[in-house]
Amino acid sequence: MKIIALMKRVPDTEARILVNQEGTGIKDDGIKYVISTYDEYGIEQALRVKEKAGGPSTVTAVCAGPEEATELIRTALAMGADDAVHVCDPALASGDPFLAAAALAAAVKESGFDIIFCGKQAIDDDMGQVQTILAEMLDVPQVNVVTGFELSGDGSRATLRRRIEGGDEMIETALPAIVSCEKGLNEPRYASLPGIMKAKKKEIRTKTLADLGVAVPGEARSAIVRWVPLPKSSGCRMVQAEEARDAVRELVKLLRDESKVI
Amino acid sequence: MSNDILIFGEVRGGALKKVTRELIEAARRVSKDTGGAVDAALVGAGAEAAAKGIADYGLRKITVFEGDALASYSTEGYAAALAGLVKESSPSYVLLGATAMGRDLAPRVAARVDGVMFSDCVDIRMEGAACVVRRPVYSGKVYVELARRGERTAFVTIRPNNVPPAAPTGGSTPIEKRGPAAAREAIRALVREIIPLEGGRPDITEADVIVSGGRAMKEKANFKILEDLADALGAAVGASRAAVDAGFAPAAVQVGQTGKIVNPKLYIACGISGAIQHLAGMRTSKVIVAINKDPNAPIFERATYGVVGDLFEIVPMLTEEIKKALA
Repeated sequence: MKIIALMKRVPDTEARILVNQEGTGIKDDGIKYVISTYDEYGIEQALRVKEKAGGPSTVTAVCAGPEEATELIRTALAMGADDAVHVCDPALASGDPFLAAAALAAAVKESGFDIIFCGKQAIDDDMGQVQTILAEMLDVPQVNVVTGFELSGDGSRATLRRRIEGGDEMIETALPAIVSCEKGLNEPRYASLPGIMKAKKKEIRTKTLADLGVAVPGEARSAIVRWVPLPKSSGCRMVQAEEARDAVRELVKLLRDESKVI
Repeated sequence: MSNDILIFGEVRGGALKKVTRELIEAARRVSKDTGGAVDAALVGAGAEAAAKGIADYGLRKITVFEGDALASYSTEGYAAALAGLVKESSPSYVLLGATAMGRDLAPRVAARVDGVMFSDCVDIRMEGAACVVRRPVYSGKVYVELARRGERTAFVTIRPNNVPPAAPTGGSTPIEKRGPAAAREAIRALVREIIPLEGGRPDITEADVIVSGGRAMKEKANFKILEDLADALGAAVGASRAAVDAGFAPAAVQVGQTGKIVNPKLYIACGISGAIQHLAGMRTSKVIVAINKDPNAPIFERATYGVVGDLFEIVPMLTEEIKKALA
């Protein structure tokens, strides 16, 4: 089986994100970058499918991102991916999901695929749309927000558990398909020391959009009007009393009479 | 492209989702300035009956799609229906709820009709001649505002509980009934079964009130006191990443950047210190109550009301007092 794991380079969840002085973006200094959390579940699932499918199966990590993403691609290789494609092109910095999807579509068509795993959304722009646009471009089904995955014995179908409000959908899909992963699907492995050593010799094919035959549109479909910092907190009112019971009664009173939420 | 707005009214289990009336309100705000009409599309079992519930909201037309191939949600079945309608009517905007269904469907249809896609917005408004959407990025650590460029239909998913629901205005909107646009055999990914969440409490993304526990809950069994408080309030139970990672609560109820983003009227944080990634998931809650024994916990910087004390003493007391207050 040809298994693809898509991955994106994003700021760590603990990073403080602040709008820059010019109001044109975020302050980039001091931010630590990681593989987007949900993509890690995708990489792990790709490796598990390979282990289960056996035979001549391969996992290819595919990343559309800046040059600095290389070290994170090495991490995916150290986890166990066999090789990688790095679509590296300044035009991708626009963040246009249609362009990212077109780049990924061209990359996975070139390498071939039976199943594509990725995160349900990247934890920077939180769009959660690239994988679905990609599915449409490739004309394959998508199953988003997946917390359970079972490959059929012959590898032609999969049964998935998809989280929705108040429950889970059990979905059966034909392959090839795109599967976007949610927390709870698996526990991503850490790269082992031998894995890290092996990763150094694994191939990363770096491609520009031109290499992949992807045209960059003259005009973006949308534009950022402005960045807006969060409003300052109006301050916390501490509810205090000598007896805890009195503080609790005061709190209930505030919730009922002042903010009217109960 | 017309000036019109199309609303996707989500039907689940035969009932129209609450967010639909919020979408109608959002559409009214925009159409008031642009002068376009507002239409709705409802898909799935029970769509026609659900459409009658919004027939007096001043919409121009409601199109319902029902049939065997649309009995349960599928991306492909629903996308075929909605994309067909969008191609026919060429609306300026298509509004959907940022729900499991809306998030799955909108980008697929947007890609099919070569549109523009704005995900998970919290506001949509006219600014001069431009329609501007606001969406949180980095899990709500900052917002970005965007506008369309060029003449493409823009798909906007709007998070529930951000726009007030529209009120009926009278009249009776005509309802047009259609069959599926794709045959069941052509649908490659199908829902076989829906397994309801255990517990019978509301889902954290839909709840008006959430009682949430952190690492200080110490063990899984202690979540019982939060469940008691939740039941007194008709609330959902949430948890911080630390509590989920420690096995106190399932991943489905995790609030934060790598969990769910929630926006209830009332969020009660019990023994949650308030890590950046947690605050990112709940900071837009209208009222936040923090109960923590550490007066310096960062959660107090974002809370509306704070109580410093032992949650194992405070929470059961709060349950009692709330029961009394609501009796």
